Amino acid sequence: MLLEAPFTEEKIRALHVGDLVEITGVIFTGRDAVHKYLHDGGKPPVDLKDSIIYHCGPVVVKENGKWVVKAAGPTTSAREEPYQGPLMEQYGIRAVIGKGGMGPKTLQYCQKVGGVYLHAIGGAAQVLAERVIAVKGVHLAEKFGSPEAIWEFQVDRFPAVVTMDSHGQSLHAQVLADSTEKFKSLLG
Amino acid sequence: MDAKVLQKNLLELIRRTSVELPSDVVRSIEAGARKEAAGSNAKYAFDVIRENIGMAKVKSQPLCQDTGTIIVYADLPSWCDEKTFRKAYEKATAEATKVGYLRQNSVDAITGANSGDNLGPGSPSFHFHQASGKALTVRMMLKGGGCENVSTQYSLPDSRLGAGRDLEGVRRCILDSALQAQGKGCGPGILGVCVGGDRGTGYIAAKETLFRELDDVNEDARLAKLEKRIVKEANGLGVGPMGFGGATTLLGVKITHRNRVPASFFVSVAYMCWAFRRNGFVLSEGGRISRWLYPS
Repeated sequence: MLLEAPFTEEKIRALHVGDLVEITGVIFTGRDAVHKYLHDGGKPPVDLKDSIIYHCGPVVVKENGKWVVKAAGPTTSAREEPYQGPLMEQYGIRAVIGKGGMGPKTLQYCQKVGGVYLHAIGGAAQVLAERVIAVKGVHLAEKFGSPEAIWEFQVDRFPAVVTMDSHGQSLHAQVLADSTEKFKSLLG
Repeated sequence: MDAKVLQKNLLELIRRTSVELPSDVVRSIEAGARKEAAGSNAKYAFDVIRENIGMAKVKSQPLCQDTGTIIVYADLPSWCDEKTFRKAYEKATAEATKVGYLRQNSVDAITGANSGDNLGPGSPSFHFHQASGKALTVRMMLKGGGCENVSTQYSLPDSRLGAGRDLEGVRRCILDSALQAQGKGCGPGILGVCVGGDRGTGYIAAKETLFRELDDVNEDARLAKLEKRIVKEANGLGVGPMGFGGATTLLGVKITHRNRVPASFFVSVAYMCWAFRRNGFVLSEGGRISRWLYPS
């Protein structure tokens, strides 16, 4: 299903685990350095109200004075677990795109604030870069380096799977529980 | 050989490694995709992965934006000393970063500053050996951070797993590593495993064993049997590609061993993501590549 900007609470609350979404609008990359910076009280250089944060450190090069995205897949989200929920609440971040899923704290905040976790396919840097149709800007690149900067990406039908929703469901918690049971029986 | 010719060949090696997957890996991914149910999230993950493999090669752009730790093994003949090779490889690395075959991926561990060209202490990670013949053989691997972060090391005995100092204990550790990784290492994964060694050599050997082709058979019959069994059992866990649930959790397990001291018994597991970027070539003194080691 299409998920188009503006990313309102109503649209986000309508999503459920297992849904395949295609996002159209502006999204912001942000990963380890940005999350720590915001958590430590750093001022966000962009308006994060009803925004989507993409856990991604892209390969972007300047060709003929223009930014060109060479590769842009997701990075592992679990590292942002301590920060994500509170930042969603503080700044009104509606959705997080990443890979590998997040933990119970983020799931709780998704319920509380009306947020969602969207799982992009890890390693699929070309398929996903193809959906970035323009680079609208870049922030904090001097401070954190290119992969850790906030890149403003205009995306068109960027694909992801809802794996944590605002109704308390997490595919990751489910798969972990099921696979742990099977593991126990294998060990006897 | 002219330094520029060496550098040019190394740049092409880096490019191919970053944008193409070896055919043994692609075959294994295709086989995994066939096992997933139509319409499932797992099938969807495989569809995107397969599309991505084709697209990266055609566009000559990185398969994955995390171009990883650059791990290089060079068998040096008499005409190429370590210093010459290192210099040429570093120049090729900086050039590959500039044109976008590699991400700016080398960060000062203390200050957090990105060097911008993938060069710095320990970056790239070089391993030199003396070649027995006249050819220069280079193998390289790009290992992303996601899969490196879920790599792990066990010290046996391990009471949590009921793992003793024997192959059954080893089996328990390897299965546990696949369970703990879930989807965080960009599965389906490939595990390089070393039994024994010290903590350092164990991890190095675990990574080196990833240079084996996925469809080869371990020369040690006991380990060959164990590798096969663990792949089957790990796939039965149902973690699936990306941790979405599904039939393919691992594409392969490769086990090697090193002697240990009596007091230690380590099992080191190097988790490699599906975007298993490794390549290599054999280069003559005249600057001709006689063979690519992992053709796509």
